[in-house]
Amino acid sequence: MSEAVLETRNLHKSFGALKATDDVSIDLRPGEIHAIIGPNGAGKSTLIAQICGGLQPDAGSVHLSGRDVSGLSTAARAQAGLGRTFQISALAMEDTVLENALLGALGQSGRPWQFWRSAARRTDLLDRAMAALDRVGLLDDAEQVTANLSHGQRRQLEVAVALTLGPKAFVMDEPMAGLGTEGSKTMTTFLDGLREEAPILLVEHDMDAVFALADRISVLVYGRVIATGTVDEIRASKEVKEAYLGEEA
Amino acid sequence: MIRESYINWIVLAGFLVVPLWALSADEPFTITLATRAVLLALAAVGLNIALGIGGLVSLGHAAFFGLGGYAMGILAHHAQTFTPLELGMFTIAGTKSMPIIWLTAIIVSALAAFVIGLLSLRTTGVYFIMITLAFGQMFFFFSISWSAYGGEDGLSIYVRNGFPGLNTLVPIQFFGLCFTALCAALFVHWKLRKSPFGLALNAARQSPARVETVGLNPVRLKLLAFVISGAITGLAGALFADLNRFVSPTMFSWQLSGELIVLIIIGGVGRLMGPVIGAALFVTLEHFLGAFTDFWHVWLGVILLLIVLFARGGVVGILTGKAGPHV
Ligand SMILES: Nc1ncnc2c1ncn2[C@@H]1O[C@H](COP(=O)(O)OP(=O)(O)OP(=O)(O)O)[C@@H](O)[C@H]1O
Ligand SMILES: [Mg+2]
Repeated sequence: MSEAVLETRNLHKSFGALKATDDVSIDLRPGEIHAIIGPNGAGKSTLIAQICGGLQPDAGSVHLSGRDVSGLSTAARAQAGLGRTFQISALAMEDTVLENALLGALGQSGRPWQFWRSAARRTDLLDRAMAALDRVGLLDDAEQVTANLSHGQRRQLEVAVALTLGPKAFVMDEPMAGLGTEGSKTMTTFLDGLREEAPILLVEHDMDAVFALADRISVLVYGRVIATGTVDEIRASKEVKEAYLGEEA
Repeated sequence: MIRESYINWIVLAGFLVVPLWALSADEPFTITLATRAVLLALAAVGLNIALGIGGLVSLGHAAFFGLGGYAMGILAHHAQTFTPLELGMFTIAGTKSMPIIWLTAIIVSALAAFVIGLLSLRTTGVYFIMITLAFGQMFFFFSISWSAYGGEDGLSIYVRNGFPGLNTLVPIQFFGLCFTALCAALFVHWKLRKSPFGLALNAARQSPARVETVGLNPVRLKLLAFVISGAITGLAGALFADLNRFVSPTMFSWQLSGELIVLIIIGGVGRLMGPVIGAALFVTLEHFLGAFTDFWHVWLGVILLLIVLFARGGVVGILTGKAGPHV
């Protein structure tokens, strides 16, 4: 149990009569990609919001490296080692790509209270930001205004900002959404290598990507985890077929 | 399209040339007018840090402007009446020394901004606007009822306060002081904007969720911006009161808060020189149109409307062809 990097224990969250999260206990182990799949409205993003902060669960707890982080703010959880990417890009759109990456590096350094020094002169930040942009292939676009990026490039920037944090665990909400076939492939290759650095809790609709990447898959339907297992187990599971995969086949 | 840095230098130079010309042409009133523009600009440069970089639409900045004004008024009043100022346990003497008055104005308004910010920043959007407005009005009504310092009639200061080595009664010398303060505030904005703090604050305006996700607290960033902003506007208030040698509750009025926002929008929100250009236009219109009609504000409204509808980046935006610093 304690070997899990990230763990939720019996999370519950209701919106009125709607049970968006219903007794969810999942864990993320070192070096793995744990995919969360489920139909639209299953409660995937709601679950992520409870893990990363921003949404307080009605009951249950979240643990990072064995430490209960349920009472911490979003910012404190990020400092504790959660690297999140959003389903809908939440970037500083008027800023340049580099500035967005610099912001991540600044958060990671934990020293934002500098008023007299130029951020662009903090080589520690700059190096970290550039390295992250390089890894996702955005280095050539560093001086672009973020609003001018394509949808796919914004996804890449989301990931780059998470990289600058050097987190203990990545929590990614649909990083492939809208990437197109080529983009999806590139991102799949990238995430494949990333798991060595820190395990990834991956919410994703792209089944090809999920089956290619996941060490384990959890299936979420109406807020409940109906199955957790390896790719083969999930593929073979009757319940999953009925509840989810079957609908598409 | 003109580079923004050129515009900035041209505007600053213009602010120096006009009063120097007025000096040689022996037009002291024009110097006073320029000083008025400089001080409105200073107040708005303060607001621009909260509004432009931090995205905090404060409709209560008159509170800091007025606090600065009353800090000056009260200290100078006790000095000119030779009465001590009783502050609970402490008794201090009044003063006519500008440096001490400025420091007091800055500290008092920074403290007020901290308290107001702490309470207002729990909210966002329209609620934030309303809460800051309410705080501003609180100070307004309090000053009206504070009869010890003139109540509704305000306080007159007979002789302008002093600055070591200068004769502040000479208009151009006082202008020089105010202009220096403006340049200092602009320098603070410029440095701040490029600093790590400015980077984070600027991102907190655009996407608080992003800032939290990298482990920073957007509310704390905004609170500090609000304090710095209030302190600068407070300093402007102290100087403004010294310009008029008079302080009254109108310095706390919500119209003044509104005017500061309007002139920032006209000049360019978040742009270094936006408030300065806005203030120059404002005072020019007030002077020339005000001579013909009491309703000159209508024309200000028309300009504001045109800018909001057709030129998002204000005058700076039109001149640079860019609606924002990067776009
Ligand atoms: N703040 C909220 N208030 C009320 N209902 C909400 C709220 N947030 C989410 N919901 C509801 O909770 C359910 C789960 O939403 P969630 O966004 O977590 O789904 P999802 O699995 O991420 O879906 P998608 O695949 O479309 O991203 C939905 O029915 C949604 O309408
Ligand atoms: Mg979702």
